[in-house]
Amino acid sequence: MAANSSASLAIEDVTLRYGGNNGVLAVDRVSFTVAPNEFTVIVGPSGCGKSSLLYLVAGLIELTGGRILVNDRAVDRPGPDRGMVFQGYTLFPWLTVSQNVEYGLKRKKIPSLERDVIVEQYLDAVGLYPFADHFPAQLSGGMKQRVAIARSLANDPEVLLMDEPFGALDSQTRGTMQKLLLKVWEQSQKTVLFVTHDIDEAILLGDRVIVMTARPGRIKADIRVDIPRPRSMDLVMEPEFIQLKRRILGLLHDEIDEEH
Amino acid sequence: MPRTMSKKSSFLLRILVPFADVPRWLIVALGIFIWILVALGWVYLTYGGVIPPLFLPPPGAVMGKAGDMIVDGSLYKNTLSSVQVVLYGFIISSIVAVPLGLWMGTYRVVQGLIEPLVNFIRYLPVTSFVPLFILWIGIGLEERIAVIFFGTFFQQLVMISTAANSVSRDLVNASYTLGTKRHEVVWHVIFPAALPAILDTLRVTMGWAWTYLVVAEMVAASSGLGYMSMKAMRGFQVDTIFLAILTIGALGMLMDQAFRFLHLKLAPWA
Repeated sequence: MAANSSASLAIEDVTLRYGGNNGVLAVDRVSFTVAPNEFTVIVGPSGCGKSSLLYLVAGLIELTGGRILVNDRAVDRPGPDRGMVFQGYTLFPWLTVSQNVEYGLKRKKIPSLERDVIVEQYLDAVGLYPFADHFPAQLSGGMKQRVAIARSLANDPEVLLMDEPFGALDSQTRGTMQKLLLKVWEQSQKTVLFVTHDIDEAILLGDRVIVMTARPGRIKADIRVDIPRPRSMDLVMEPEFIQLKRRILGLLHDEIDEEH
Repeated sequence: MPRTMSKKSSFLLRILVPFADVPRWLIVALGIFIWILVALGWVYLTYGGVIPPLFLPPPGAVMGKAGDMIVDGSLYKNTLSSVQVVLYGFIISSIVAVPLGLWMGTYRVVQGLIEPLVNFIRYLPVTSFVPLFILWIGIGLEERIAVIFFGTFFQQLVMISTAANSVSRDLVNASYTLGTKRHEVVWHVIFPAALPAILDTLRVTMGWAWTYLVVAEMVAASSGLGYMSMKAMRGFQVDTIFLAILTIGALGMLMDQAFRFLHLKLAPWA
């Protein structure tokens, strides 16, 4: 891949409160750093503010306290340096697949010939070059998310934020997507912050898994995944995988039990 | 083995499934059938002597009138005059309503400023303004255009604003993460996302524009289809009134087709 921008990410004492001073505390003084090229996964019980954390990094919602630094620059608004793949389908329905991938490049005023090369390269990487002229409505859910990934990566962001991107897909498609994401990421080596509630997915993809508490979201554990890459789907049978999974499940169950 | 149905009854059952697709030929046939039914009813009611010609003219009389008015050029002249007024009023209204409606739906401040006024004006009957417009503008082309504008603009504004406001927030968010600036969102995201709904709004309000046209022409005009039927009423020429109504209906169908075509060209994805 030609693209190779990658940045460090620092979350410092980040707090988010919805609805004024007496509102709901969604994220409570969360701090961690992500090194360049690192794939960090956040897991946590539903409603723990893990998606809100991604929206904060993207600059799509405003912090209540603390700060977020991308390459030592404080985040105060959304920008193309932080690409995002959303849980819902967010392809532009009026643009074809290739025009969707081209969208960010046009905003960056990259010349047309160069755009064509980049679009082809990323559509090829997600295996959708034959569908370049289709509209999103003509694609399956898995294909839509593949285009969304290609669209984000083609824009060469420094940080890639992924908010349960495969959450709406069936388990088989999800497996294919995870493999594809690993392949694409290993080539591009982006800094990735990935939110999921699927523990298998977290261990399979991540260099590190951050476990969050139930609301208000705090960091409960920060676990390194020392399984060598390239990783394959067979990993789920390996003892070290199962041991990690048991540990994370235990941490999560504590949270869910406390809630009830 | 499930019991097999006969071919005939299975076809009937299939086309009566809710939302089921039906062959194209059947749709065309049904469309023609309803017109034949209406025509036959008309023939029966008039030639059968059920309704006297003073109230409902027979098809032959209307067609004869159409022939006369085509030959002397008056049908063409009146139609052209009406189409001209409708298109001017409608286009001027749309040119202002589309961008303003998009801003209203996107920016709360614009909505807060304009909506209270619009919601007041929207409920005022257009007809009550016709005398005022005549006083202010006179009885020329401009007065009729003003009536059409007044009748369509505020409705368009509200509908387009709603369409803009219902654009998915995630779509807007995705565009931000791809480098769209805040001031670019209306043009790059809201407008194309709302375009199918905007085209629908224009198609619906075009129908209303025709209604207001006839109102305007009946009060103050020296040509047009509304004027034609107003003048005919004075001489009890019911066939001419029918001709005017049929012409307006035919033009409406034509405009509707034009909008379908426009939708296919401008918004092929929806």
